[in-house]
This record gives sequence, C-alpha cells and structure tokens, in this order.
Amino acid sequence: MSRFRNLLPLVGLCVAAPALALDATMFDLSGIGREATAEEIAGWAIDILPDGTGAPEGRGTVAEGEDLFVMYCAVCHGDFGEGAGRWPQLAGGTGSLASHDPIKTVGSYWPYASILVDYINRSMPFGYAQSLTPDEVYAISAYILWLGDVVLDDDFELSHENVGRIEMPNAGGFFPDDRETAESHFWEAPCMSDCGAGAAQITMRAVVLDVTPEDDSPGARID
Amino acid sequence: MTDTPIPNRRRFLIGAGGALVAAPALANSGASPGNPANQPPKVPEWSQFLGDGVAVRAYGKPSEHEAHVIRRDVQWLTASRESSVSFTPIHALDGSITPNGLCFERHHAGIAEVDPVDHRLMIHGLVDKPLIFTMEDLMRLPRVNVPYFCECAANSGMEWRGAQLNGAQFTHGMVHCVMYTGTPLRLLLEMAGLKPNAEWLLLEGADAAAMTRSVPMQKALDDVLIAWRMNGEMLRPENGYPVRAVIPGWEANMWVKWLRRIAVGDRPWYHREETSKYTDLMADGNARKFTFVMDAKSVITSPSPQAPINHAGGFTVLSGLAWSGRGRIAGVDVSLDGGRNWQHARLDGPVWDKALTRFYFEFDWDGRPLLLQSRATDETGYVQPTKDALRAVRGENSIYHQNGIQTWHVAPSGEVENVEVS
Ligand code: HEC
Repeated sequence: MSRFRNLLPLVGLCVAAPALALDATMFDLSGIGREATAEEIAGWAIDILPDGTGAPEGRGTVAEGEDLFVMYCAVCHGDFGEGAGRWPQLAGGTGSLASHDPIKTVGSYWPYASILVDYINRSMPFGYAQSLTPDEVYAISAYILWLGDVVLDDDFELSHENVGRIEMPNAGGFFPDDRETAESHFWEAPCMSDCGAGAAQITMRAVVLDVTPEDDSPGARID
Repeated sequence: MTDTPIPNRRRFLIGAGGALVAAPALANSGASPGNPANQPPKVPEWSQFLGDGVAVRAYGKPSEHEAHVIRRDVQWLTASRESSVSFTPIHALDGSITPNGLCFERHHAGIAEVDPVDHRLMIHGLVDKPLIFTMEDLMRLPRVNVPYFCECAANSGMEWRGAQLNGAQFTHGMVHCVMYTGTPLRLLLEMAGLKPNAEWLLLEGADAAAMTRSVPMQKALDDVLIAWRMNGEMLRPENGYPVRAVIPGWEANMWVKWLRRIAVGDRPWYHREETSKYTDLMADGNARKFTFVMDAKSVITSPSPQAPINHAGGFTVLSGLAWSGRGRIAGVDVSLDGGRNWQHARLDGPVWDKALTRFYFEFDWDGRPLLLQSRATDETGYVQPTKDALRAVRGENSIYHQNGIQTWHVAPSGEVENVEVS
C-alpha cells in the first residue's frame, strides 16, 4: 500500500507535460533576469500606436520631405513613390482595391498614418535603418501622405501632435477574421465518390506561364 | 537514389524554353544507370580504400550526391535577396521533421548576425516589473520541447489565380517543422506580472527591419514559446538565432526572429506587417485583418514536378504532408482522378498537434495519366477546400492563406506538372 502511494508522484512525472502546464508558481525563478531601467526601455521602445502614443517628438513639412525623400528613398521608391523596378510602390492605386489588379499603398490601403512614421523610423531607408532624425521621419512621412493624396496642402506639417489624427481614406476598409462563420461550409463532411460532373478536365497548366526557376540558376550551395 | 542524381535531374530540367521535360523513365531504358565499374560483379573504390577519418567533417553535411537538395528562391519575385524568401525542398524530404539547414527563410532585412553575449530580451509596458534577460538568463528557465509547423501566410500565394510554379518546393515550400526547445512565454509574463488591462503584446525583432507584430494575450498565455533551439541545436541565424517567438498554428510572420522586445499593451498596434501586409484583400475591396490561424492544408510531395515517377507503372508510393493550425490532422484523402473519387491515405509517424504529418498512399500505377490531389481534414472537422471553393469566398486578390487543394498531372512518361482542373 505505502509502496504504491510512493510511486504515484513518479507516475505523474513520466507523463509528458504539455507546454502550457508549466507556470511560474511551480518554480522560484526570482533572480533570473533583472529589472529593466527606464533608460534601457526608452532607447528601445520606439513603437507608435494608431492614436500617436509613443510618437517621438518632432515635426516636418511636405516640402522639406520632398528633398529628403529624393535624397534617401527615391532610388528605390521613385521620386513620386511610383517604385523603381520591382522595389515597392508607395503611392497611387486609389480606387483599385476591388479591381483585378489592386495596388495597395499608403494612400490607397493603409488605415493609419502612425504606421508610416513607425515603419520608416524603425526600418527605412532599407540598408541603413534607424539613421533618420524624428524631424526627417515626419517630413518624409508628410511627403508620402501628400503623394498619396491623403493631405493636399504642400505646407502641411506632420508631427507627434497630429500623427494620430490624420484621416486615412481606407481606415474603414478592414474587418476582423470571420473565417469560422463566412467559411463554415468548409467544416462539412466531404464527398468521397462520384464527386463533380463528368471527368475532371485540365483548365490551366503551369508550363504555359513558365516562370519556374531552372535548376542551374545561381541558387545557394550547401558548402 | 542512384549515385548520379544530378545528371539525371538535369535531363528532367533541360527542355524547350527551360520547361520541365521528363527524360525517358529509367526503368524503361533497360540500361543500368551509373558506372558499371562500381557495380556487381565489380568492386567499387569505396570498398577498397580508406575514407575520411573522424572529425574531418567536424560539422557533418549531406552526401555530395544530395547537393541538389537545397533551399531555392524565385528571383523575379522580389527586388533584393535581403527582403525575400527561399523555399524548403519538400519534394526531396520525407518524414515530418525538417532538417535545420533546409528550413525556408523569409527575411525583411537580411539575416541578423546577432552576438548572443550582447543580445537582450526586454519585457515592459503594462507589467508590474519590466524585465531584461540575457541569453544565459533565458536558458536557465524551465523549458519544454514541442514540434510545430511554421508556415508563411503567403505560402502558395502565387497560385491564387491559377497554376504558376512547377514544383512543390515553390508552390508549398514556405513551411517547415522542427522540434523547438524553449520556455513558455506565460512564464516570462508571470515573472513580470501582468496589469489587469494587459490584452495585447507587441513582439519586436533585433534585425534591421525591427520586425513587429501584435499578438493577443490569450494566445500568449496559451501555447506561445520563446525558443532558442531547433531540433536540439541552437537556432540557425536564418531562423532567428539566438532566440525567436514560436506561435503554434499561426502565420509565420508573427514568429518574430531575433526577438529582442515584448511590449505589453491594452490594444493592437496596427503596424505595417499587420495592415499593409498580412491582411487578406477580398473581392469587394475590403480586407480581413488579424487572420492569424493557418487553415488545414496538404500537398503531395512525391510524385510532384521536381520528383517525377522514375519507373514505368507498377507499385508506386505517393507521399505528402498535411498540417493544420487548429490542431491535429484527423485524416488525409487522396484522389487519382482530379477529385472525382477519394481514398484514405495512411498517416505515418507521429501525428502531433499543429505539426507536419506525413501521409502515404500506395497503389499500382497502370501507366495512364493521373490527376493527383490530396485533401486534409483536421480534428475540428475542417476540410481543406478546393481552390475554386476558396476563390468563391475570397476572390483572387488575397495573396495570403491559400490552402486550396493542389492538383498534379502525371503523364505516362512519369513527368509531373502543376495544373488546375474543372
Ligand atoms: C535600397 C532600396 C530602398 C531604399 C533606399 C528605401 N527603401 Fe523603403 N523599402 C524597400 C524595400 C525592399 C521594402 C520592403 C521591405 C520588406 O520586405 O519588408 C521597402 C518598404 C518601404 C515601405 C513600406 C511599403 C509597403 O507597402 O508596405 C515604406 C513606407 C518605405 N519603404 C519607405 C521608405 C522611405 C521613406 C525611404 C527613405 C528614407 C526608403 N523607403 C528607402 C527598399 C528601399
């Protein structure tokens, strides 16, 4: 009897614990890691929310932004945000979202202006991220908003004060994931035999397009 | 595999306009491939002379005869390889675990080469005590081992309008499955102490894209891992060394690599990767947002365009992968006639939650053309839809979450082509 009781905890240990079974109350983890200082957080916490919370202090106008954009960004994105070669297009596409060839840009698609300031501030120019001052980021963002017809006045100034209040044309264009209701028929038992009408016919072939890379294209090698 | 797979492959790949053209099936030719001097009754060189000693290959690599089994990219897709994708060679692999060096890559600013000594993970925002961890700190924490698939939401995204790329590697290769070692994010959040209004997290990478994604708290407390190992060894730089997020069953873009910061907030951030990208544009011009979970999906990896049938009829093993972001795979059906009739495939190996599951279907091929399809069902009862059923709901502009049934056409020569059927 007592042997059996002693065995119980061991039996428990032999069962694989699902990942979520672990929680901090099971262990004394104090002393692992340390408190982050306000200075450390301030240096890294660059994220901006749609209402402008977190936006760095600064300001810049469309006109100032144009010169900066041509200098730092146009080589890839084109002088007017039209995109050079296959680099991303940043302007245009208004009214295209329901068409056969939708063009998703800041003006045609993005729901908040904060995204632009946040994104440029964290990752552009491509290859030299986090090199622009906040004033430069606001000026360039103002210029991109102007290119996208979001603002019309070239004296327009963007700043930490108004970035959360810019009305974007497609702000209402997004709705939460509704797959479980809109696609509930994908949960129905499938057909197993004599499905569809007549024999299956080929309607499209990949070789017609022929865009597959060839085997001896300069791909990576294992050594 | 014979000892000359590369020349054989080339014969498949050199054809008019670079299209994939099958060489005559080897079994038909009568001649034995390779070098007769190495075959019975002769004794090959490797049976006579010494090979490399131990530790000559201090970090082992596959045989030189497998040099074609590599990640590949599609260069016309993107303007630069630093913001691009390479694909897992799923057509050349078996089982359900992906070798580390073959896991697909998606970078937004190239591979960050992070020195683990200098790397820090910071947790701050709506917490009682903001914390900062070194890698040594993180690796002292209790840890778990779990295999998960990781699939880019844009996997198969080039195929929305129809068959485009001739190879399972290119149509379905933005997926991999490895065993992660890490600590539940829940532990870190409990250590920091969540404020009552903590509802969302922002994960941020240490690469030059400073990649960010918002993650709802419920998921974070459920099964998200902060992982530093894949298949037992430390993460590869391509996959986020020294530490990444693992968001089981959800789109790979959220699995932030080179993870450096977790901000705790009360609402989503709506950053570029969850607005401009990773929103699913519907036919009417409105877009679904926060479509995190990956729907159930499957693909036949062999035969497939890069893995044609090399024999003339007879016993044939069809093999493929199935997975679901909602849980375990319950079953896979296979059709040889373009979806008119279906038979159950055989699941083989472990059937893990939110992981790649291997299936086989063995049959006698009569040498006539085939229209191969596979269809996954997961434990919630979700059945992988046809591409047309998917398009009927979503249109063709979605880019993301294309999990429709794939069709491969097998010709009498054994050559396989990506097609769509009525
Ligand atoms: C060397 C080429 C290059 C330069 C220079 C460059 N960019 Fe980019 N830009 C890119 C690439 C590549 C991407 C996509 C990155 C990715 O894959 O995440 C991008 C993305 C963007 C986007 C997001 C586009 C979208 O639709 O989501 C914006 C906005 C942007 N860049 C702004 C700028 C600004 C502002 C500058 C100048 C300060 C700049 N870029 C300089 C290459 C460049």
